[in-house]
Amino acid sequence: MDVLDVARWQFGITTVYHFLMVPLTIGLSIVVAIMQTAWVVTGKRHYLAMTKFWGKLMLVNFAMGVVTGIVQEFQFGMAWSSYSKFVGDVFGAPLAMEGLVAFMVESTFLGLWIFGWERLPKRVHLACIWAASLASTVSAYFILSANSWMQHPVGIEFVDGKPRLNSIWALLTNNTALAAFPHTVAGGFAVAGTFLVGISAWHLWRKHRDSSAEDPDRRVWSSSLKLGAWIGMISFAAVALTGDAQGKLMFEQQPMKMAAAEALCHTEAPASFSVFAYGDVSRQDCENVKSITVPALLSFLAHNDFSTEVKGVGDLIHQYQAKYGSNYPVDPKLGELSGKPIDYVPVLPVTYWGFRFMIGFGGIAAAAALLALWLTRRGRIPRTKWFPRLALLSIATPFLANSFGWIFTEMGRQPFVVVPNPSGVDGVWMYTAQAVSSGVSVGEMLTSLIALTTVYGVLAVVEVYLLVRYARAGVAGVMPPPTDTEKSEDVLAFAY
Amino acid sequence: MDLSTIWFCLIVVLWLGYLFLEGFDFGVGILLGLLARDNTERRVMVNTIGPVWDGNEVWVLVAVGATFAAFPPWYATMLSTAYLPVLLILLALIGRGVAFEYRGKVDSARWRRRWDVVIQLGSWIPPLGWGLVLTAMATGLPLTKDGALSGGPLALFTPLALLGALAVAGFSILHGSVFLALKTEGEIRQRAGGFALRIGPLCLVPIAVLLVLLQVRQGSAWTLVLAAVALLAGVLALVRLRAGREGQSFALLGVLLVGVVVVLFGSAFPAVIPSTLDPAYSLTVANSASSPYTLGVMTWVAAFGTPAVLLYQSWTYWVFRRRIGTKHIPEVHVP
Ligand code: HDD
Ligand code: HEM
Ligand code: HEM
Repeated sequence: MDVLDVARWQFGITTVYHFLMVPLTIGLSIVVAIMQTAWVVTGKRHYLAMTKFWGKLMLVNFAMGVVTGIVQEFQFGMAWSSYSKFVGDVFGAPLAMEGLVAFMVESTFLGLWIFGWERLPKRVHLACIWAASLASTVSAYFILSANSWMQHPVGIEFVDGKPRLNSIWALLTNNTALAAFPHTVAGGFAVAGTFLVGISAWHLWRKHRDSSAEDPDRRVWSSSLKLGAWIGMISFAAVALTGDAQGKLMFEQQPMKMAAAEALCHTEAPASFSVFAYGDVSRQDCENVKSITVPALLSFLAHNDFSTEVKGVGDLIHQYQAKYGSNYPVDPKLGELSGKPIDYVPVLPVTYWGFRFMIGFGGIAAAAALLALWLTRRGRIPRTKWFPRLALLSIATPFLANSFGWIFTEMGRQPFVVVPNPSGVDGVWMYTAQAVSSGVSVGEMLTSLIALTTVYGVLAVVEVYLLVRYARAGVAGVMPPPTDTEKSEDVLAFAY
Repeated sequence: MDLSTIWFCLIVVLWLGYLFLEGFDFGVGILLGLLARDNTERRVMVNTIGPVWDGNEVWVLVAVGATFAAFPPWYATMLSTAYLPVLLILLALIGRGVAFEYRGKVDSARWRRRWDVVIQLGSWIPPLGWGLVLTAMATGLPLTKDGALSGGPLALFTPLALLGALAVAGFSILHGSVFLALKTEGEIRQRAGGFALRIGPLCLVPIAVLLVLLQVRQGSAWTLVLAAVALLAGVLALVRLRAGREGQSFALLGVLLVGVVVVLFGSAFPAVIPSTLDPAYSLTVANSASSPYTLGVMTWVAAFGTPAVLLYQSWTYWVFRRRIGTKHIPEVHVP
């Protein structure tokens, strides 16, 4: 293994891990803000219970989102210093804005919300959770516009061999970002929706099969389930619509990623969409691959009509070689790759299956939400053990869909870290192999990979342990029963 | 002043804000094992910073993010040459952040004991680490033409850098104990104040030595004045604390910090990381700044963003201005 491989594993592992917390925070924090609004407006106890219960789970998760995010912020400098020097003029700006505009608000107002119960006026306290949750969403916008710039560099000119920002507006309104942002946020809501459905279904089945509909805790779970199911289904519709928009941009901006998503060997017109393939999709000649296809659907995904030609991997290789060169530059910093031929084809099984798993797991999540809604219609609670089991299992599916979405997006743009923009400024792109830090040794990089992976592994166990503990305890775990002894005025409503 | 110099100053201010705010957080974490006698007292200590530690921590994210935006080679070189110390800092910050949030989530002495160890370790490492890294950068490194370190990772550990590590850790301990005296009541307040008075002179030693060595090595007239003011403020902080004026003492420690940080960064200016191999390889404000356009955009963002941050963070401190004592701590209620 050389430094590059280790650095890539490290970035992939730490980022995908960060993105396990991120969608839950984005979706759930807004859901909690909505619940608290309902409580402030109606004064009904079950809305307060929902706010406290889901809010607690959100906080357990949030802590991990914060600490893993810190690693991300530093990692570009530590492991990808050549990248940072190359793109710094453009890429640093959205990152710094994210910190100053979003993270400051998010962390400060979340602190106010956690400790502000009964100390701040009700409406001010409510405003705090809205500020914190909306700041999470704003942070997503900034970081996604940074990432979208790597997929589709805009707003720049080329000076002294480096991209130089000449329009922040173009960077922030990059069409790639405008499509990726709603897709990713909707993906976050898909996670939150299934999370609500899974845990609520379990509580309904476990404790309320025989309770009357008037039982106050039962309302907590039936309302949460309904809310979660609707959020889950609507967000699936939203990812499908926005994903379609992303597909059209990808067809224009990153044709190789489009072909790789389909493992499409030969140019087709009209092109069919492969639903499922048997055999080895990594072969670039498509020998031995049988695939269930929907005729002309890929053409539609790419360009909104059923006859558009979609280029296959084989043709694109020649096109890329002609445009961007067939060999890496001779440069000692590139190590073994110096002067070697460039492999323009991403790892096809990863892109092909990543794309399908994203859509598939997302679809399963939405179907589970619909099923749960149907099974609990008009206050019913199924008695079969399968109901809570499947509901709990489905919690994992939108997490998987999100991870596969990112793995597809990021690995599909290889070998580039900054993808050339076919209609943009000539010459602005960067190979991943050129991006890695030059002064960092394999030993150092391995140390950090092992240390971070170990710590992340341990913390994953701790987080899941706490989430399960609080989820099982239900409302009683977050709302202490009123005590007989007179509560002293002085005692804090909440303390660590 | 041109934009790149303004941004250099702004980054110094961001580091100042970070070391001031998270300095006392770190101090409180370090003192957790020294000042508290039982779990309720430990909870008092943790809760003095409970609502604010995360907001304080974001200052370093903004400092580092602003360095990325305004001086990309500085960002890249600092983090890649100090790779292992930065990794340790990150691990410490990870553990510490999770520990604050999770420590009280299970009612078991063993559970809490473990997280308390994480909080203490996690509060020792970052001030030592940042002290080391920032001092090493400002006093020069054997930087090659490519921005790598000649001599491997150990080249970072110069005597001055080690002194810087002790100085920042010492400052955090002193600052943290004065903060506790300011924010708690009852016995723990007495104990924190007494501890600060006893440990104070010891904490000031590495700071004083660092200032003297910096002055000798790369100082000028204005750094001399500032260093003298800083040390005077440090001594006065202890005097005022003895008189029972915790607030004044806390503010004077702020003056001390301003002096130290400004002298540290300022004595290297216009270099941001001087190279000890060849001045031509040094990173300077001029040769590492982003384009005027980027700096201009960022200036607008900072001009509106920074005052807003100061405003709402001050409000948080005002909301949670009350002193905390053992009688305020609610019973443990967790599943
Ligand atoms: C689509 C959204 C998204 C994406 C792609 C990323 N993050 Fe993230 N990040 C968030 C959305 C988010 C968030 C929702 O705002 C978090 C998650 C949980 C949380 O506490 O805030 C967060 C936390 C978070 C924090 C801690 C903030 C704090 O202390 O409050 C930092 C420093 C970063 N992130 C940095 C990054 C970087 C450098 C990324 C790129 C590789 C990245 N994140 C990807
Ligand atoms: C603004 C946000 C992001 C930026 C700037 C970014 C940037 C990068 C960089 C520099 C690399 C290393 C080069 C490479 O190996 O491709 C990378 C790889 C990777 N990233 Fe991202 N990324 C971002 C968001 C994400 C997110 C949120 C995820 C997933 C949760 C993700 C998943 C990956 C994966 C899986 C790789 C490894 C790909 C490979 O090595 O082939 N990225 N990304
Ligand atoms: C009908 C369904 C969907 C379609 C057509 C679709 C389409 C796409 C496309 C084309 C991309 C790649 C964009 C690019 O690299 O330029 C993408 C990325 C992504 N998808 Fe989906 N997707 C769908 C469902 C989902 C679901 C259900 C989730 C998660 C719950 C999801 C999460 C993601 C994520 C996190 C990314 C990476 C970030 C980004 O580029 O926005 N997608 N999707």
